[in-house]
Amino acid sequence: MTNKGTPLVELKDISISFGGIKAVDKVSVDLHPGEVVGLLGHNGAGKSTLIKCLSGAYNAEAGEIFINGEKVIINNPRDARDHNIETIYQTLALADNLDAASNLFLGREIITKSGFLDESTMEAETRKIMARLNPNFKKFDVPVSALSGGQRQSVAIARAVYFDAKILIMDEPTAALGPQESEMVAELIQELKKQGLGIFLIEHDIHNVMKLCDRASVMKNGKLVGTENVANVTEDDILSMIILGKNPKDKD
Amino acid sequence: MNDTTSSDNANDKQESLISRFIASTEIDPRLLGMLGALALIWFGFHFYGVIFNNFGAFLTPRNLWNLSVQTSSIGIMATGMVLVIVTRNIDLSVGSMIGVIAMAMGLLQVEYLPQFVGLGHWSIWMIAVVFGLIFGTLIGALHGWLIAYREIPAFIVTLGGLMVWRGMAFLSGGGRTISPVDPTFALLGGGPYGAVGATLSWVIGIVACLGVAYILYSGRQSRIKHDFHLRPMWAEVMLALVGWATIIGSVLLVNSYPWPKGIVRQYGARIGQDLEGSFISHGFAIPVLILAAVGIGMTILMTRTRFGRYVFAIGGNPEAASLAGIDTKWVTMKVFALMGMLTAIASVIASARLNSATNALGILDELYVIAAAVIGGTSLAGGVGKIYGAILGALVMQSLQSGMVLIGFDSAIQRIVVGMVLVFAVYLDIVYNKRVKK
Repeated sequence: MTNKGTPLVELKDISISFGGIKAVDKVSVDLHPGEVVGLLGHNGAGKSTLIKCLSGAYNAEAGEIFINGEKVIINNPRDARDHNIETIYQTLALADNLDAASNLFLGREIITKSGFLDESTMEAETRKIMARLNPNFKKFDVPVSALSGGQRQSVAIARAVYFDAKILIMDEPTAALGPQESEMVAELIQELKKQGLGIFLIEHDIHNVMKLCDRASVMKNGKLVGTENVANVTEDDILSMIILGKNPKDKD
Repeated sequence: MNDTTSSDNANDKQESLISRFIASTEIDPRLLGMLGALALIWFGFHFYGVIFNNFGAFLTPRNLWNLSVQTSSIGIMATGMVLVIVTRNIDLSVGSMIGVIAMAMGLLQVEYLPQFVGLGHWSIWMIAVVFGLIFGTLIGALHGWLIAYREIPAFIVTLGGLMVWRGMAFLSGGGRTISPVDPTFALLGGGPYGAVGATLSWVIGIVACLGVAYILYSGRQSRIKHDFHLRPMWAEVMLALVGWATIIGSVLLVNSYPWPKGIVRQYGARIGQDLEGSFISHGFAIPVLILAAVGIGMTILMTRTRFGRYVFAIGGNPEAASLAGIDTKWVTMKVFALMGMLTAIASVIASARLNSATNALGILDELYVIAAAVIGGTSLAGGVGKIYGAILGALVMQSLQSGMVLIGFDSAIQRIVVGMVLVFAVYLDIVYNKRVKK
């Protein structure tokens, strides 16, 4: 079901190196609408670096990015946002001294006719989306530094979801969360999938990958080991790809 | 602190009353702290004078009026320093910039412009001011460019600036004092003629009162529209009354400080009337009005515009700001350019007040400006700061200083006291922050 039609996103032969070390070496992955693709690998395998080329935080040295079949150039986070690519970073990338609404609209503030920040509309919108994502969230007038890990996470997620993302990048969204909050994120991923979003999910927990992802792309030492349909492989297959860097198909 | 737990302990009850008061009015507790410190300084110096000199010189219209003028130049720069420090930078060069900008404006209006437009021409002061503002903005932009795009630490760039611009100030005038400045220009520094008089002060006061009422009203309307939590009515009324009382009190104060007899006589002679013995009020000094305008403008900039929002975001988490698509370098450069422009305004006031430009103008000002911002609650770790806090901080610093002059402390002791107060104020702030976090 997943490999038909034009991919929503296609990263082709992406390479980037830091200080002579190839962090990402000719990696190609793609993503279809309504699909969750897991990106796996050890720490330092190059997953986050690869994905930062898509979110505009890094500029790839070589390779091409296609969105809906069209080649695009993404030089900065603003370009990525213009292509409806939203990213939830592992660090959440929140300005701790600002409140939830200010973080949600950071870089895309709602402005009144006279050109000033429309604080109350932004807060009202924030309340609306938070009521949907995390009904227990009540701390709208404190800096996000005063929030719990889960609450901060929901602010970061709200920011990605609010602006009609078509392509969502989630970098270990459940790493800092408790079981209940992780379950909430899992449900959200399912819901977004149904709405036709494509999601890149960087994830360490193999159970989550099996549960949430349609396909899994495994990286090791900056290179792509392989991409497999999750339905066709076992947890062990994926683990061996991560650890040994061997594609299970090669066994045959 | 919990409203629902009933306490039989009187102390607890009182504490919860205060915290409930603060919660209802949404006043920053820091503001109350600063006002308390200010009251302590003012009454302290006054009663020291009453007891030891048989005359309390501090709480007099004359002293408070002078205090307001003295605060203007540091206060204006402190509002800009808030932005600089909020973005995790520092500017050590503002004192030297005052000097070099004042020299440039002084030379322009005293030596160059009269050759072209004639001595005392009406346009001289305007050309000088505009030139000063552009010059200051360019110096600041240069600092900002080196800091943001060449990635040299702000401490180093502005430490270099501190020396370079002071040297330039000396070289540009060959060490001379340029005096007197254009008479209209001199009005910008205050003095009897550089104040707006009783009637205009009342007009300004009433407009300000209406402004306070409008801000409270429109804030409440917008909260009602979005169904947000409202301040209790008593808190709104109280805020309005306090605001009006402060404004009207200031108008009464500046209007109760009359022109000295000599000035009255001189003015009477100039307009051909016998004003002997008449009471002519100073009213608000022009530099104080400039400070007020800058304070309002900077507050709007910081709290109501994207630029201000980005300044705070950069201070809170530079990486997050940049991932959110904010051009952090460009914002940083603009912050320094703005600092340069505000320094130029301060330079206009300082040189106008002195009626001359000297290459020593503004020495050590950078430290008073930084101290004012920090006392006003700007965190050196970045991300936190308030414009009104910095202005109040400047007022605290200036009150200390002029109070010590009034009771006859020499300048060595003044510096010792100011230095200790700065360290103590920051210590209090750290203690306060720790308690809030718990």
